[in-house]
Amino acid sequence: MNATAAPLLSVRGLGTQFTTVEGEVATALEDVSFEVFPGQTVGLVGESGCGKTTTLLSIMRLLPVTARITTGQVLFRNTDLLRLNEREMRDYRWKEMSIVFQGAMNALNPVMTVSEQIAEAILLHNLMERTSAAKRVGQLLDLVGIAAARKNQYPHQYSGGMRQRAMIAMALACQPSLLFADEPTTALDVMIQAQILELLQSIQRELGLAIVLVTHDLGVVAEMCDSVVVMYGGKVAEYGPADTVYNEPQHPYTQRLLGAFPDLNKPAGALATIPGTPPRLNALPPGCRFAPRCHRRMDVCDHNAPPILPVAALRPAAAKSRHMAACHLLQNPGTQPQ
Amino acid sequence: MQQGWILFKRNAADFWRVFSRNRLGIAGAFLVVSAVTVAIIAPLLTPYTPQEIIRDAAGRGMTFAPPTAHGPLGTDDGGRDVWTQLVYGARISLTVGFLAGFIAMFIGSLLGIIAGYFGGATDTLLMRITDVLLVIPDLPLMLVLVATLRQMDLKISPLLVLIMVIGLLYWTSTARLIRSQVLSIKERQFVYRARAIGAGHWHIISRHILPQIMPLIVANTVLILSTAILIESGLAFLGLGDPTQPSWGTMLNFAFDRNAVTNGAWWFYLPPGLAIVWVTLGCVLLGNVLEEMLNPRLSAHHLEGEQKILAGKGGS
Repeated sequence: MNATAAPLLSVRGLGTQFTTVEGEVATALEDVSFEVFPGQTVGLVGESGCGKTTTLLSIMRLLPVTARITTGQVLFRNTDLLRLNEREMRDYRWKEMSIVFQGAMNALNPVMTVSEQIAEAILLHNLMERTSAAKRVGQLLDLVGIAAARKNQYPHQYSGGMRQRAMIAMALACQPSLLFADEPTTALDVMIQAQILELLQSIQRELGLAIVLVTHDLGVVAEMCDSVVVMYGGKVAEYGPADTVYNEPQHPYTQRLLGAFPDLNKPAGALATIPGTPPRLNALPPGCRFAPRCHRRMDVCDHNAPPILPVAALRPAAAKSRHMAACHLLQNPGTQPQ
Repeated sequence: MQQGWILFKRNAADFWRVFSRNRLGIAGAFLVVSAVTVAIIAPLLTPYTPQEIIRDAAGRGMTFAPPTAHGPLGTDDGGRDVWTQLVYGARISLTVGFLAGFIAMFIGSLLGIIAGYFGGATDTLLMRITDVLLVIPDLPLMLVLVATLRQMDLKISPLLVLIMVIGLLYWTSTARLIRSQVLSIKERQFVYRARAIGAGHWHIISRHILPQIMPLIVANTVLILSTAILIESGLAFLGLGDPTQPSWGTMLNFAFDRNAVTNGAWWFYLPPGLAIVWVTLGCVLLGNVLEEMLNPRLSAHHLEGEQKILAGKGGS
């Protein structure tokens, strides 16, 4: 990780709560912190419902009305986005950070042509007038590999992969410095998935933007990401450089998650699973959220939530790597070889 | 809904080709267009004016003259030509009906969009107002309002009073309908995306929500027009029309007042009644066909497709 450059985005202690119709409070995010450096790719991984998408929506302040950001800061180039009013926030959306949504079909307006929708953001922010915006749309479609002849077609005339490409073109329209990709490859077949990920990588190389990639696919993380945030039950379980987290996972959840993923270098066998289900967000366990499913659970885990600590405390060799994990094992050196 | 609308937006010729294959739609369009044409060219269709008294060779006014004795439709109790009143009455009936219908549609759509889009307290307030208006029976309320406004000597044309009262009271069902559509559309992901690109409320409503509910508004407008014409006729029949500018409803009111039925003067009361049926039937046919075309989910073909799929699954 590039420790000298200032982070582009720094999320600090972010907490988000949903209120259900019955008035119950569900804690979707608690104390989520991570940093994104310019030009870097950060992976956000975890099971469904662990708060990955909520994290993105909280950063862009696009949460539904039932949700509320309760704590923390979202510093984008040292401006706290959570302190801006709605109008100021609009200037950040798409100009500074944009989203490639999960499921491109639904994110495209069915009665507008693809080029109209790509141009929409450019015109909305008054970045260009109409003719140069049209030219820019042409360049963007070229960049993502859509033939110019198809730019005036409607989303239903596109294939799934093309729609996702169009979404990426749209996300790049205002030349943002940060791109959120919310499971950009779900609902696409494997070949197309690979193409879309390659496209994202090549665009990143070309335009030098930072990407936050939400995925459950650890293979994708290994291939694309510089650092990785492993989330569990709305909290960060482990955070660090992708290869370190991969090779020396500290949190039992990360270990299990990696174990549940097929490895091409090992003989095929039954995949390991993690027994149990993620905790319900309105009935979180009092201690560590992973404790009920953890294979290395200790007594303390049931009562106290482990703080997120640098792994360096345990292994000074890792001091420079910013590898962090939230597990009591880190504080009990006796249980772990030092 | 979208594909029909795309067709409509992009290519009027294509839309017309599909529409022209629909016999009911063509029939409806014919009924409406013919009535509008008659209203526009009324002076060309008759040598008389509505107030002119027809006299026989001896110079006496011809009262209750049957069609055999005079003109295509005879005369009324005052010796005026019924055909002339009918074609001029089309102007009044259609103007009042269309203007009131458009006002109602505009208010209903606006309030429906605002209530559905903004939700919360705005929604609650607007919908409670709608509820209150919905539970008060339309006709008595309009009767009282028109009569009261008439008494107040406001120096505005009685027809304008009629238009305003119908228009300002008849938007409730539209508001509910539009609101429910907006509620579902605003949760769609492309609206979310529009927010994500930094769009404000006005942009989202005008670029993303309005085009989606446009088919509904178009089809519903045509249907509302027919209701507005019916209400106008009802109010005018009850004596709240403008006697100096008789609409079809006013003609029926005259016919009733002057015992046309007991005098056997069927040519006095049947034509305006049939004219009202003509136009409202046309609007209803046209509205239903437009709704079906713009919203394919309603059409029988759609269901056929589903049945085929189900049958195919069952067979294999």
